[in-house]
Amino acid sequence: MPVSETNSHLLHQTLKACGIQVVSALPESWLVPVIRMIGDDPRIRLIRVAKEEECVGISAGAHFAGVKSAMLIPNHGFLAAVNPIVSLAHLYKVPLMMFIAYRGTFGDTYSWHTPGGTVTEPLLQTLRIPYTMLDSPESLERRVRDAQALADASLLPVALLLTHELMMEA
Amino acid sequence: MNRIECLRAVYPQLEKRVVVTIMGAVAIELQSIGHRPNFFYLQHAMGLASSIGLGLAVSLQEQRIVVLDGDGSLLMNLGTLSTLAHSGASNIVHVVFDNQSYLSAGDSPTATAQSTDLEGVARASGIPHTASARSVEEFQTAFASALDSGKLTVLVAHVDTSGVYDRPTDLGLLENRFQFSRHCQSLARR
Repeated sequence: MPVSETNSHLLHQTLKACGIQVVSALPESWLVPVIRMIGDDPRIRLIRVAKEEECVGISAGAHFAGVKSAMLIPNHGFLAAVNPIVSLAHLYKVPLMMFIAYRGTFGDTYSWHTPGGTVTEPLLQTLRIPYTMLDSPESLERRVRDAQALADASLLPVALLLTHELMMEA
Repeated sequence: MNRIECLRAVYPQLEKRVVVTIMGAVAIELQSIGHRPNFFYLQHAMGLASSIGLGLAVSLQEQRIVVLDGDGSLLMNLGTLSTLAHSGASNIVHVVFDNQSYLSAGDSPTATAQSTDLEGVARASGIPHTASARSVEEFQTAFASALDSGKLTVLVAHVDTSGVYDRPTDLGLLENRFQFSRHCQSLARR
């Protein structure tokens, strides 16, 4: 089952339409095509990180300078970034646009992702991080714009969960 | 050499830079010399001062970003060195005050007290310009050279295990954050 090039392209175009100029990312198989598209786009600065915690710092720096940014990470990377989300983004009121590949849920046949899949939403709820699903091309741009509106107005991290349904071909 | 002597020696050159420090003694000592709106003191989130510096660097490409880091903090995020090296950002001077100790947490030794060589790690990570300093004069010269070079630089300053602990002002975290942010955004508009 291949990753959807069409929806990866749509995600890339949506980021651009929302004024995102800096993207930090760590590859995960669902994210490889969209990261490649962003890397080829001279209008977005792609920063490839070694660990997802760095993304929180990069987004904070960009925000302080008035530049819109996004993070492209898998949900296990979100787990790895919990400390800076709390001790930097929450503490200093930094909006984060966290696009999270929602591995380990229905449709995912790689069982090692399942433990992370089952704790992702409970952890987002525990951290009081507003989140929504990106599960169809029709609603994608509207949901991203609404998430950005909330993040920027409230200076909060928000999460957009990229589902199997959106990211994988049927 | 002491860290605060190094900070005093380069303080005039920080006036026109965007400066990010780590928490603890570095933040306290710089603030005690004199706070400026272009200084951001990252309290907590150990390891991420250089990542914030990178976000600033790609967003404010006309500015030189100075990160004042420490050995304990950098060891928590060594991957930042390879990220910086391959980010394409050249406008960062990443100073690492290496006192071989988690001093603020009670003076426990870090790995640099044994054999870890942070300048060597930076060089091997692909940072184009690295240097080490063991005297205030060496530090001052290396810092000026890094600012002038226009190259991404990691400068490791080997300092004594000493520091101050009393906060010199009542500057609040969010006050510092919003003042700094307004300053950075005024630079972006110029």
